[in-house]
Amino acid sequence: MNIEHVQGKKAGKLMLYALSTCGHCRNTRKLLTDLGVEYDYLYVDLLQGQEKEQAIAMVEKWNPDCSFPTLVINDSKCIVGFKEADIKEALKL
Amino acid sequence: MSEMDSISPQEIVRAYEKYKKDAVAGGYNINPDAEFTKGLISGLLVNQSRYGYPSCPCRLAMGNKQDDLDIICPCDYRDGDVVKYGACYCALYVSQAVLEGRQPVQSIPESRPPRAERKKQAARAVDLDWSKLPLPVWRCKVCGYLCARDGPPEVCPICKAKKDRFERFI
Repeated sequence: MNIEHVQGKKAGKLMLYALSTCGHCRNTRKLLTDLGVEYDYLYVDLLQGQEKEQAIAMVEKWNPDCSFPTLVINDSKCIVGFKEADIKEALKL
Repeated sequence: MSEMDSISPQEIVRAYEKYKKDAVAGGYNINPDAEFTKGLISGLLVNQSRYGYPSCPCRLAMGNKQDDLDIICPCDYRDGDVVKYGACYCALYVSQAVLEGRQPVQSIPESRPPRAERKKQAARAVDLDWSKLPLPVWRCKVCGYLCARDGPPEVCPICKAKKDRFERFI
C-alpha cells in the first residue's frame, strides 16, 4: 500500500486517511505541514481492488462512516473532518 | 504528475463558471471561497475522467455507478445538508447565510448512510407494497421534484438530474 511519509517534528504517530480530490483533506494536510509535524498519509481513492477494500476496513475500524479525512493519532484517537482546533489540541500544539 | 495536476487552469475556470451559472439559475449558491471551490471542481473533473461521472470529491467512490449514484454531484444529500449545516458535504454548495458571510463553513457530519446500511435500504425499497393510484409518482432524489407518470422523465425539469436519480415515491 502506497503510504506516503512527510518529515517533520515528532508529535506522536499520525496516520491520515485522505482522498486526493477532497478539499477538506487538502486543508488537513496543509495544516499538518504548516504545523511542521511528521505524519503518514494514504490516498484511499488512488487504490484499487483488494488494497482499496483493506484501506476501507482500516478506516471503518476508527470511523464507521468511512468518511475523509480520518486522522488517527497514536493508534488511540481519531479525528474525522478538517477540525483545526481539535487537531491542534490533540497534538498539544 | 498527479491526476489533480493534470487538469488545466482554463478547464477549471470554464467548469467553475458553469457550476456557478447553473447553481444561480436553480436557486443555489456555490461556495464564495473561489480558490477552495476551484479545488473541489478539479476533484469533480478528475472523478469524471476516472469513473465516467462526477462523484463527490470528498467521498470515496467505488467506481461502480450503481453504488455511487447517490454521491454523483449534486448528491442526494445536498439540499438537506445546506439547510441543516449551511453547506453540502464537500462545501461546493452553500446557504444564503454562508454566501453573505453570516455563517462560517465548517466540517459537517456525513449524512450518507454507511455502506452496510445502504445495502439494507436498497433491499427494503424493493419490498415496498405500492398503493393503487392510477399512475405511479416519481421523485427526483436530488431536488425533490415529484411527477405522476408511467416512468420518470429523461431529465429532471427542475434540477436537470438524469433519469437514474429518480425513485418511485408512491
